[in-house]
Amino acid sequence: MVASTSKYKYVVCDPELCIGCQLCEYICSYTKTGEFNSYRSRIRTVRVDEVLITAVACRTCENAPCVIACTRDALSQDQETGIIHIDPKKCDGCAWCIEACDFGAISINPRTKLAEFCNQCEDVEEGPQCVKICPKDALEYTTPDRRAQRTRHKLVKSSLEFPSKAKDPR
Amino acid sequence: MYGYSGKILHIDLNERKHWVEEKPESWYKVYIGGVAMAARLCWENIEVGCDPYDPGNPICFANGIFAGTPVPVGGKYGLASKSPLTNVIGDSLSGSWFSIALKRAQWDGVVIHGASEDWVHILIDDERVEYLPAEKLLGLGTYETEEEIREIFGDDQIRSATIGPAGENQIRFANVTNDGRQAGRTGHGAVWASKKLKAVSVRGTHGVTVADPETLLQMSFDITESSQGPHTEKYRIYGTSTNMLNMNKMGLLPTRNYQEGVFEFAELVSGEYLDEHHKVKVIACAQCPIACEQMSLVKKGPFAGAMTGIEYECLQAVSSNCGIDDMTAAIRLVDIADRSGMDAMSMGVTISYAMECFEKGVLKKEDFKGEKAPEGIELNFGNGEGAVILAEMIINREGIGAILAEGTRIAAEHIDQEYDAETWKWAMNIKGLECPGYDARSLKTFAVGLAVGTRGGCHNRSAAYDPDIKGQTNRFTIDETRGKVAARSEEYAAVYDTLPMCKFIRRCFTGKADRAGAWPAIAKLINATTGWNFDYDDVDLIGVRAHTMKKAFNIREGWKEADDDLPYRWKHDPMTIGPSAGHVVTDEELKYLKKIYYEAKGWTEEGLIPKNLLVDLGMDDIAEEIGV
Repeated sequence: MVASTSKYKYVVCDPELCIGCQLCEYICSYTKTGEFNSYRSRIRTVRVDEVLITAVACRTCENAPCVIACTRDALSQDQETGIIHIDPKKCDGCAWCIEACDFGAISINPRTKLAEFCNQCEDVEEGPQCVKICPKDALEYTTPDRRAQRTRHKLVKSSLEFPSKAKDPR
Repeated sequence: MYGYSGKILHIDLNERKHWVEEKPESWYKVYIGGVAMAARLCWENIEVGCDPYDPGNPICFANGIFAGTPVPVGGKYGLASKSPLTNVIGDSLSGSWFSIALKRAQWDGVVIHGASEDWVHILIDDERVEYLPAEKLLGLGTYETEEEIREIFGDDQIRSATIGPAGENQIRFANVTNDGRQAGRTGHGAVWASKKLKAVSVRGTHGVTVADPETLLQMSFDITESSQGPHTEKYRIYGTSTNMLNMNKMGLLPTRNYQEGVFEFAELVSGEYLDEHHKVKVIACAQCPIACEQMSLVKKGPFAGAMTGIEYECLQAVSSNCGIDDMTAAIRLVDIADRSGMDAMSMGVTISYAMECFEKGVLKKEDFKGEKAPEGIELNFGNGEGAVILAEMIINREGIGAILAEGTRIAAEHIDQEYDAETWKWAMNIKGLECPGYDARSLKTFAVGLAVGTRGGCHNRSAAYDPDIKGQTNRFTIDETRGKVAARSEEYAAVYDTLPMCKFIRRCFTGKADRAGAWPAIAKLINATTGWNFDYDDVDLIGVRAHTMKKAFNIREGWKEADDDLPYRWKHDPMTIGPSAGHVVTDEELKYLKKIYYEAKGWTEEGLIPKNLLVDLGMDDIAEEIGV
């Protein structure tokens, strides 16, 4: 069950285009920490049953459940951008936010065991670096409205292509 | 030191203890990583002359210089042991996450010694090593084993190299599998089974730092962008299976156990057909922007549900080479090989050998009796269902499957002795390793490249089919240049195998795949990663050293000049149809080709390596042992 939809922009992955190369994780961890390390990436690729692949980052939910769940008021949501900010002095790694997140989009730092969030590279002029590097244009920095429109367009296109795919020369 | 940790992890399965060996930077500058470093670790740690199944045969992992960085296609590792198929160096490569996890765990290499009494699963958790019981993993397929391990630990970033049931049953051509990719060909799975090693899992949590991240990132961006253009189109759209029709047109497509080079039903097993009817998704190794793996699904019929990545080499071995025109059977056969963890190429060529034995009357229907075939199998060429049953019998070592599980060389010895026949003439292997998907009778430069190959019949180590097919050399004739062409092309391939980087990126640096097009960019990548000062010549030397290292290993293990040979069929039986009809590589031709090849390498007439050559390459201790 999805907790809430959002008016905010977020980084979203098209599972049909994603090939699971993880370049998004490399650029993310480098931008945030200066090192290449998937554990420190705020976007995570997921592959199950060999061919189901996507990447997940913070969805910037409205009334974000992670913020509500935090018992130490360590999390706050920017009302303009929806980005979740964390106060590392307050976070004690209790993981309530992780339990509250419907998308598994919160990372844990393997050294400090504290939570880490996608901040959409708000401190980088070009915006989300993962979107920039994605070789297949599978990542998009978008809002739910735009996302829905894109999906509708894709649906129409794929139904047009379908008849030619179905013919069998045998 | 950037790019390396300077540390090799040694694990002893007898004593269940481990220790750390530190290597100086000078050692890494010679052996770099991948197959060269893996072969070197094998040289340093093997009991010379041991049987490949003896505890004295080590399992040697060597990571890649670019693993764990954004350098495209640099997420690969090398794996080496003495091969049970060839009794010389078995060096393989595999891509994807495992190498990256190993890099983050800060091990440049791992050497596993001895043998365990009970089935064991090794967990390398950063600097910690655990020996876990593996009984619960036994019988699980390769993909299932990995999934189960991640489920146990609840961490997607734990990556495992495993063997499947084919490995557990010590099929001589069993593979090691990680992340759906295989360290294939030379029987690593069987070596792991001899040590009762089911899986090696790695969790690496450390970040990877490089000497010049800005340069490395910019180059990675540029190469990634270039890799989405025409230079890799073949791999991205149809994958390598597009070769089926190309090779068929040239009369080079192995057909019915290499009897012919033209398959009349090639279109039904082509990459184009696969794309239209079976492709469900294209996937990539970790760290790769190209994505060549065409995941293909059988949607209906007796093999419905079979799904795996299909590539040319596997496809030709199980389709045209077995006379099979049913793509669903071909997908099922590769699926069986991948999930049970055995080499689809060797499996295909072993089945096609059995088919020829049946068609020529040496083996009868009742010789193929098994649980699923109580009456036996009419194993004619083209019998896809029979081939699928036989593949399962090989995995389980059931009936004749137990003989075929030893690969074509040993199987032919058994069958010839038992049936008083000469089936060895149809056993398509070189040094015991089954041949690849390019018929060498009319690829004369490639023929010598294969004959002298350090790991036997392998298209990945000798790249000499490339000039032959492209017409840079006349593929039907021989001349004095071929020794040099074969030598330089295997050294070229060895550069990629040692970094290691996937060769599919080779045109993406400048648009040209030759040395001048690629080496300067590779030198720049190495320098940005390590802070070294490599130039064109240093990159070129990587390949020379890698190949020399493997050859030196073989010499010490008892290689003889006569071992550099071709299968009987390629020397004596010409094809009857197609553009390659009428051609063979005669013994005289092969002798001449070998002579000019050894000359081009700077070796002696017997194919041995002079001391000074080894010293010049910085391999003084090897010169002492095997230099002449």
